[in-house]
Amino acid sequence: MQPKLELLSLDLIARILDEAFQLMQKPGIKVQSAAAREMLIAAGASANGDVVNIPEKIIRKALETTPDEFCLYDRKGQPKVWYGGDAVQFDPGSSGVHILDPDTLEHKTSYTPDLARVVKVAEMLPEYAAQSTAIVCNEVPKTIGDFYRLYVVLMYSQKPIVTGSFSVQNLPIMFDMLGLFAGGRQALADKPQAVFDVCPSPPLIWSDFGANNLIELAKARVPAQLISMPLAGAAAPVTLLGSVVQHAAESLSGIAIHQLANPGAPIVWGGAPAIFDMRHGTTPMGAIETAMIDAAYAQVGKSLNLPTHAYLGASDAKVVDAQAGLESGVTAIIGALAGINMISGAGMLDFLACQSPEKLVVDAEGIGMALRLVAGIQVRTETLATALFEGINFKGDFLKQKVTRDLFSKEQHLPSSVIDRDSIRGWQASGSPDTFARAKTRTRELLAAYEPPCYSPEQERELRTMVENLARKAGMDALPKLG
Amino acid sequence: MTDELFQKMSQSILDGDSDAAIALAKQAIDSGIDPLEAISKGFVVGVNQVGESFACGQAFLPELVMAGEAMKAAVATLEPEMQKRGTSRQVYGKVVLATVEGDIHEIGKTLVGTMLSASGFQVYDLGVDVPTAKIIEKVKEVDADLVGLSALLTTTMVKQKEVIDELDKLGLRKKVKVMVGGAPVTKDWVQKIEADGYSEDAIGAVGLAKRLVGVV
Repeated sequence: MQPKLELLSLDLIARILDEAFQLMQKPGIKVQSAAAREMLIAAGASANGDVVNIPEKIIRKALETTPDEFCLYDRKGQPKVWYGGDAVQFDPGSSGVHILDPDTLEHKTSYTPDLARVVKVAEMLPEYAAQSTAIVCNEVPKTIGDFYRLYVVLMYSQKPIVTGSFSVQNLPIMFDMLGLFAGGRQALADKPQAVFDVCPSPPLIWSDFGANNLIELAKARVPAQLISMPLAGAAAPVTLLGSVVQHAAESLSGIAIHQLANPGAPIVWGGAPAIFDMRHGTTPMGAIETAMIDAAYAQVGKSLNLPTHAYLGASDAKVVDAQAGLESGVTAIIGALAGINMISGAGMLDFLACQSPEKLVVDAEGIGMALRLVAGIQVRTETLATALFEGINFKGDFLKQKVTRDLFSKEQHLPSSVIDRDSIRGWQASGSPDTFARAKTRTRELLAAYEPPCYSPEQERELRTMVENLARKAGMDALPKLG
Repeated sequence: MTDELFQKMSQSILDGDSDAAIALAKQAIDSGIDPLEAISKGFVVGVNQVGESFACGQAFLPELVMAGEAMKAAVATLEPEMQKRGTSRQVYGKVVLATVEGDIHEIGKTLVGTMLSASGFQVYDLGVDVPTAKIIEKVKEVDADLVGLSALLTTTMVKQKEVIDELDKLGLRKKVKVMVGGAPVTKDWVQKIEADGYSEDAIGAVGLAKRLVGVV
């Protein structure tokens, strides 16, 4: 039995959806894309300027065609990530603009080698089922920043990718890049290797870019991941439930636009909400209430049979310290117990602004624990205990049993050297390292052991040439040196 | 009697109670109290107190914002009487506020606007995603003393510099002080783009604005 955290009663889910439907009618949703407005109006919505009043029936119809599950594939075409049901998987947080310098602890502007390092570390850690385009490479013009990040990830990773575009024009480029490995656009639609984040703007707005992004993803049948981000108390109602209703209205209206563009295209009920810190005016990702909003909206999504995503497992601390550990660990566990299919956020500090490979390594331990927890307590032996007591005769001799040897690594999650379970003498003998020091060592070890994916030279050349040509058009004579 | 009324005015701001503030402002007009006195001895006392509480961690943003809204309501109620008497509230300076082009984050900027206007500045808030040309146009139109530029993205921060460069080009830079704000803004950035100052929060922004126009 997979243990579960449910914060909402069925009655409350029904009320949330009911009020979300009411909001979509009044005040309606501001849809700033003419194409999306036209589709909604043709389907029976009414509009006043760019505000569209969307009747429930349009949403209900869209929900009939959304797939309740789909897979993401690796570069070799193997299914590796399962969206749907209560599958729980993790990927590093994305779009950081800083990287934590492990030696000086400065938050430095991030560049290509930093992204390469993050991707390599995540590639080595099985706790990460997918990669993300984890940081912005600041030496590259913003106009090509989205597909350039994807290029770096593709060069260093075989895993499925959580990504997103910065402009609608760049989407086809990113499809073609992924298509190089999938075997063309059609093959990419059949066996997608990436999911694309798409964000409404709180409260209740679909920007021109966001809505058109949804339409193009639907047409290409490349999975879209809705990232609604109510900011409770600032850009959303202060109550957790009020924010969950807003999340539902923004997400459902997005699903309507998406399914009208191409019924049956895959879409994920995701988000990155937060409460609003009333002292500093910041958006704490590590707050318990932030995680509660996530768990609650995931439950709403599950009631509609939709695959789910959330932004958890990140911290607002500025270094990889006790706060970072507790916020990341606690929220990762909440996400896992909520049965969220893809949980993004690992490695992130400072309100998702800063990535750290060392934190990624620490977070992998928390994720290992979370995954162990959701694997649950299982019956592995015929009798639970009585047969295991045969021959024991009141002695602590279970270590000698064959069953101990057979089952210990299934029953126990075996942590890496980042987790200290040494005796105090052993710990002292190894130099009394704290968590961060152990994480730095392990990061170095992982980077040394990393091996790049074996692509054919033609594939690699084709990808590089494609990106080089586009970069040249954007005014870059040569691509930055990779990691 | 009048002292009691001033006390109530200050309290209405502390409570963030716009209705009470409006009622008290009307009461002041009816009893012939000078509106300027009602502001300086009554309402402003509350604003300052909330600001101080916030600065030392005892008040939170919702209290700050509601106090600002109540102040705005009180001043608006007193406005016609001030006109009748041919007086006006002392304005510390005229501020043009905007979130720069390409950036739609407005919470911080709006907060600064509320607190500046509660503290006696004339605020022209142009909203979000405002092109440089539009900011400059407004600065010229209202003969602004200050410009406040918000940017929450490292990618849009550069627009803060663009506005400063443009002011420079037009020879307005000496007259118009520029404050910048937003999560990615640092002291280094302020120096690099030669802005006149930045603040971590809305209360700090009020202090900064007062310093820049030479009130304190």
